[in-house]
Amino acid sequence: MATDALLRRPLRVARLLSVEVPAAPIGLAEHLERHGPLRVAPRRAGAEQLALLDEIGRSGLTGRGGGGFPTAAKLTMIRQAGGARLLIVNATEGEPASAKDKTLLTYAPHLVLDGAEVVAGLIGATRALVALDERDAPRRAALRVALGERAARHGVRVEIGAVAVPPGYVHGEESALSNFVLTGVALPFFRPDKSKPLQRRRQRTLVQNAETLAHVALIARHGAAWFATAGDKGASGSTLVTLSGSLAHPGVFEVALGHPLGDVVGLGAPTEALQAVLVGGYGGSWVGPGALGAPYSKAGLGPHGAAPGAGVLLALGERHCGIAESARLAAYLARQGAGQCGPCVFGLPALAEDLGRLARGDADAGTLERLERRLATIAGRGGCGHPDGAVRMVKSALSVFCEDVARHRAGQPCPWASAPSLLAPAALEGPGGGR
Amino acid sequence: MTRRALRLRIDPVACDGYGYCAELLPELVELDEWGYPIVSDPVVPTALEALARRCATACPRNAVLLEAPAPPLPAGRPGAR
Repeated sequence: MATDALLRRPLRVARLLSVEVPAAPIGLAEHLERHGPLRVAPRRAGAEQLALLDEIGRSGLTGRGGGGFPTAAKLTMIRQAGGARLLIVNATEGEPASAKDKTLLTYAPHLVLDGAEVVAGLIGATRALVALDERDAPRRAALRVALGERAARHGVRVEIGAVAVPPGYVHGEESALSNFVLTGVALPFFRPDKSKPLQRRRQRTLVQNAETLAHVALIARHGAAWFATAGDKGASGSTLVTLSGSLAHPGVFEVALGHPLGDVVGLGAPTEALQAVLVGGYGGSWVGPGALGAPYSKAGLGPHGAAPGAGVLLALGERHCGIAESARLAAYLARQGAGQCGPCVFGLPALAEDLGRLARGDADAGTLERLERRLATIAGRGGCGHPDGAVRMVKSALSVFCEDVARHRAGQPCPWASAPSLLAPAALEGPGGGR
Repeated sequence: MTRRALRLRIDPVACDGYGYCAELLPELVELDEWGYPIVSDPVVPTALEALARRCATACPRNAVLLEAPAPPLPAGRPGAR
């Protein structure tokens, strides 16, 4: 729960991104002036590395790509397996309502690259690859400039390059990404035991989200205690969120974890009363107004069936139809599957079709029953978490919008069912609010 | 000392829905409406171990996995997307 001490601390912080829109990307000189020099421990300096790993562990940092897994535990796992030659920096950001990693790489590329060097050192990697959507020319350019600055200033400490990944929602899933880098096939593969590091063709890789690495860069400089001066007990530090939906100021914001969800969404200045918020991503969970007081953290959102995930928050105003939006989300997720596993290939289109029927008000007698039955059998039966995300979202929609469900089912869809969708990705990039 | 029970899992990427597993081992495997296997409880009772092994051998896609239980995971999901 949010403590009084937390609530006296500011909601917005400026660790990774400045609060005001920067005039230009932060170059290496300004980066070093802001954050100070980074000491990269030599690969064989065991004691120094253990101290740093311990620092990351005590900071409480968790992965910012969606999984929310403790970063130090993931690093320890791969170190115990003998390390990895290659670090993949995940900046593909295939989540349509997310722009935080793109914003981070545009404005503060050196934080991400510092973090990549630190983590490469911790796992014994000699090489790091920044994975970008192949259409993402601005980030490719920003990365080239930043790498050039670093080579000129201190030479190459870890060989860092870029890899262009074909666009697709599941291509940023870590097994798909490492599969693509090692074999050229951008498809998830089945890992019976996820406590074992990613391995393909006898090569281990570590995939870390870009924002996670930026936090590591700051923990390596300032330590765990500093990291925890933002956030709450059990949810330390800051995090990037991408706000969109019924908002006057959508965009990317950096917030301290643990503040009420309603305050976080409030940064985007809602244009109407909110009936729900989609939390985590397209494969996340809808929560109703009752959750707006819940702390924005894994522990705080857990009782509402949600988790911060990749920091996506989509605000749904009262003049929109939650079922129609959910049907669009389900249809999107159905189209974006990798096409490998039966329960996903057949199950997601089936869910989307019935939800679409419900949205239009032409549900038949069996629609809801079919939905419930399929929701119960599809989850947990894919090679990756894609079907689970779709099931999570649809389940939450049926529960949060239950009154609408009853009306739609009775053939009386709400007047907003045919209103324009909130999901069309607006221009979300760039730090939000500071205008 | 109890023996660690065998566990049966399906590799859903490899599985193409041939359905031999449900045919050979209906005690553990049922099929969903599209013909893909559902394993509600992966623990294979000792009496069914021989059948489970036959089931793994019979699968044309090598999608039936038999394994010893793994050590518990720390909290959280490692690397979602």
